[in-house]
Amino acid sequence: MATDRIVGIDLGTTNSLVAYMQGDNPVVIPGDDGLNLVPSVVVLDEHDQIIVGNSARRYLIETPERSVYSIKRLMGRGLEDIQEELKLFPFRLADDLQSGEVLRIKLGEKTFTPPEISAFILRQLKRNAERFFNAPVTKAVITVPAYFNDAQRQATKDAGRIAGLEVLRLVNEPTAASLAYGLDKKQNGIVAVYDLGGGTFDVSILKLHDGIFEVISTNGDTHLGGDDIDNVLIHIALDDIRGDMGTDVSRNGEAVARIRKAVIETKIALSSQVTAHLDVELPEGRRYQREITRAQFEHLIQPIIERTVAPCKQALKDAGLKPEQIDEVVLVGGSTRIPRVRVLVEEMFKRTPHTGLNPDEVVALGAAVQANILAGGSEATENMLLLDVTPLSLGIEVAGGVTDKIILRNSTIPASATQHYTTQIDGQANVAIHVLQGERELAKDCRSLARFDLKGIPPMTAGMPRIEVKFLIDANGILHVSAREQRSGKEAEIEVQPSYGLTDEQVEGMILDSFDYAEEDFRQRQLIEARNEATTILAALEKGKQSPAWGRLTSAEKKQIAKLENSLVEVTREDDYAAIRKGIDTLNQATMRLAELMMDGAVSAALTGKTMDEADLGEGPSAPHPVAKAEFK
Amino acid sequence: MNELANIGVGILAHGESASTCWSCGQMRAAHFCTSCGRVQPPAPADHFAFFGLSRKLNMDVARLERDFYELSRKLHPDLYGTAGSREQEWSLEQTSKLNDAYRTLKDPIARTRYLLHLEGVELEEQSKTATEKARSTGEMKKQIVPPDLLEDVFELNMQLEELRAQKKMGEDDPALMEEIGKQKLSLEGKQETLLNELRGYWNEWDAAAEGDERNKVRDKMVDLLNRRNYIRNLVRDVNDVLEN
Repeated sequence: MATDRIVGIDLGTTNSLVAYMQGDNPVVIPGDDGLNLVPSVVVLDEHDQIIVGNSARRYLIETPERSVYSIKRLMGRGLEDIQEELKLFPFRLADDLQSGEVLRIKLGEKTFTPPEISAFILRQLKRNAERFFNAPVTKAVITVPAYFNDAQRQATKDAGRIAGLEVLRLVNEPTAASLAYGLDKKQNGIVAVYDLGGGTFDVSILKLHDGIFEVISTNGDTHLGGDDIDNVLIHIALDDIRGDMGTDVSRNGEAVARIRKAVIETKIALSSQVTAHLDVELPEGRRYQREITRAQFEHLIQPIIERTVAPCKQALKDAGLKPEQIDEVVLVGGSTRIPRVRVLVEEMFKRTPHTGLNPDEVVALGAAVQANILAGGSEATENMLLLDVTPLSLGIEVAGGVTDKIILRNSTIPASATQHYTTQIDGQANVAIHVLQGERELAKDCRSLARFDLKGIPPMTAGMPRIEVKFLIDANGILHVSAREQRSGKEAEIEVQPSYGLTDEQVEGMILDSFDYAEEDFRQRQLIEARNEATTILAALEKGKQSPAWGRLTSAEKKQIAKLENSLVEVTREDDYAAIRKGIDTLNQATMRLAELMMDGAVSAALTGKTMDEADLGEGPSAPHPVAKAEFK
Repeated sequence: MNELANIGVGILAHGESASTCWSCGQMRAAHFCTSCGRVQPPAPADHFAFFGLSRKLNMDVARLERDFYELSRKLHPDLYGTAGSREQEWSLEQTSKLNDAYRTLKDPIARTRYLLHLEGVELEEQSKTATEKARSTGEMKKQIVPPDLLEDVFELNMQLEELRAQKKMGEDDPALMEEIGKQKLSLEGKQETLLNELRGYWNEWDAAAEGDERNKVRDKMVDLLNRRNYIRNLVRDVNDVLEN
């Protein structure tokens, strides 16, 4: 357990948290500022260092062009999906961004994809946990909105990888919350989780039965949350300022950031007070002030919070339940602190919602519970098992641009479906499959997940091949596809073109790049690289010792090399980057003559018709010195 | 825990050859080892066989749910979080089979369709091909209207047309809406009646011997499901018009 700590992470639109299971109870791990919530704000400062969380918040006002918040809204989305978002949020897209490409956001002069920015937040949480445990943390359970589609889930998983975390499971946020709730209450019944966060809304209906948490239905809106309420207030302030003061500050990043900060404070105040004072200092010493009553506020937000009604009704309908059959409604997410939201929930479900959980923390706590279950469980989580569902139907495009649904929404995951395909013309070697996610009838109205090309179908008459394609949604809600030509029994090769998302190579590259943005990580990277180089040179030396050239060295030379070799092995075990570098350099020097002798040997071997490999050149021309110096063309 | 043993025995009794656990070498059930509990490599099995059930349409759904939970507790990927990749893969595959089987069997209509599918009747495919063909040729899909519904359907379609036209003009005709609502209720009642009728066929099917006797029941069920499907689509159309 001590060696393999798995943490639970709530990667939120507004705030993120990391938690773990301490004995029988999940607890949140605070940051070095002592606070549990890490604001999901990322800044690239003037020295190209990344700052995340509370200390990054002031930069939203000071250097808005180097800061970003609510990045979760852009995860797994394409340029055409986010036009509404761009009107409301100060996202600065890369200037050269093409349609169909993974989004890139400008921070100062640099650009980052949403998974990379999310990875900065995850990396901060990872560091917080590592400091807390005083040990490395490499495995995590990360929560996602239940209504996230495949692309959004994949993007979250990529973010984990970029941050150096093995993501053992993506858990749906309302389900995670139900785990924390159930751990506490330990009773059977039907529970509805109403989760209105900073940027996403989910509702899930679960059946709790002797430790089994079975999701019956889920619904939601991945672009609905506290952010939207803030934006309404911001727009009113901007209109006021334009009207009263005759200035349009909507293009002034700093002014908007100040207004945003002030309206959020006002919003929060209105949850406990019936009236609140909005007070914003604008550039050029001007000031915008006004009173807002709770009644006015509730009137303004009504259209927003009413958008949660349809998903709740649909979830009930899909579950085949009436509101009266729900035993408890659990509130999750900071926006459920708003009294009007609570009234709305009460009206819908005809009962007073359960507000006993900390709406900001419960998702992370539930993620920690799931992490504990995955790690093998403990007394507290014994018998607990989560059975979740896929929120959206999975379909295939068939003739006429119609979606043929093969896995219906609210199917328990893992879920699978098998489809059979054949060819249209003689000798056809490829078949294209277009995979979609969504509830609409026409393919163009559904979300395109990926296009798969089945390749290498054995040449046969049209209609003869029988290709069985298996679609599997795993426990993370992510799709896997495999195919087999049944007449030949041959596994068909599948080429995937994700409609939105990063390739494996891109993710690998980002893992390396991400090290450059934090001093600590940069040192870590230098250390890793130096160690790798030391390993390479030691391996090359080992090979050199087997070569005839070794015998031509004097015993003093051999002794010196052995001594330096030993000391390099020693320092590689330490964390001193400079010492390792020095060890490499001195060993390099000492083996120079060996390298030359080996090169001579290789040349004569080449002349006698031997290949380079046979000349025992070890790693080949690309390996570092001692063999790298020998350049063969 | 006796349930587990029963599932194991049931599955073994249903023609699966007994073999030994890869992990502990003991005799095993089909999906997990009754001795050490580890997941076993998936073996081909239809949805009924997966639960150790014979192909009968009457089903104790409460018992099915209990077995589903118990099997989930043995097979789910969450239990193999720290296991080797081979076991993780088996667990994923076994659990997806379990979920697919449970989803199909617990629903009376899906269960009947699935059994008919096992008997070589492809209800879905027929209607799907017809739909695709209709879409690609732009022709109206020809559906055989159940004769006893002919009159009502004609009337209802006229009313739906009228309502659609009115909605387009922004008009509102409460009397018409009410009339259509009534028709919808009556159709939903028919769906319910058909379901009850279907349950009657289940008994016939479960009792019938293979051959002609079964084929007769099979044809009756196919006919009933087609009728029900037709009504379901009609109700969906009505809902579309009423809600938009």
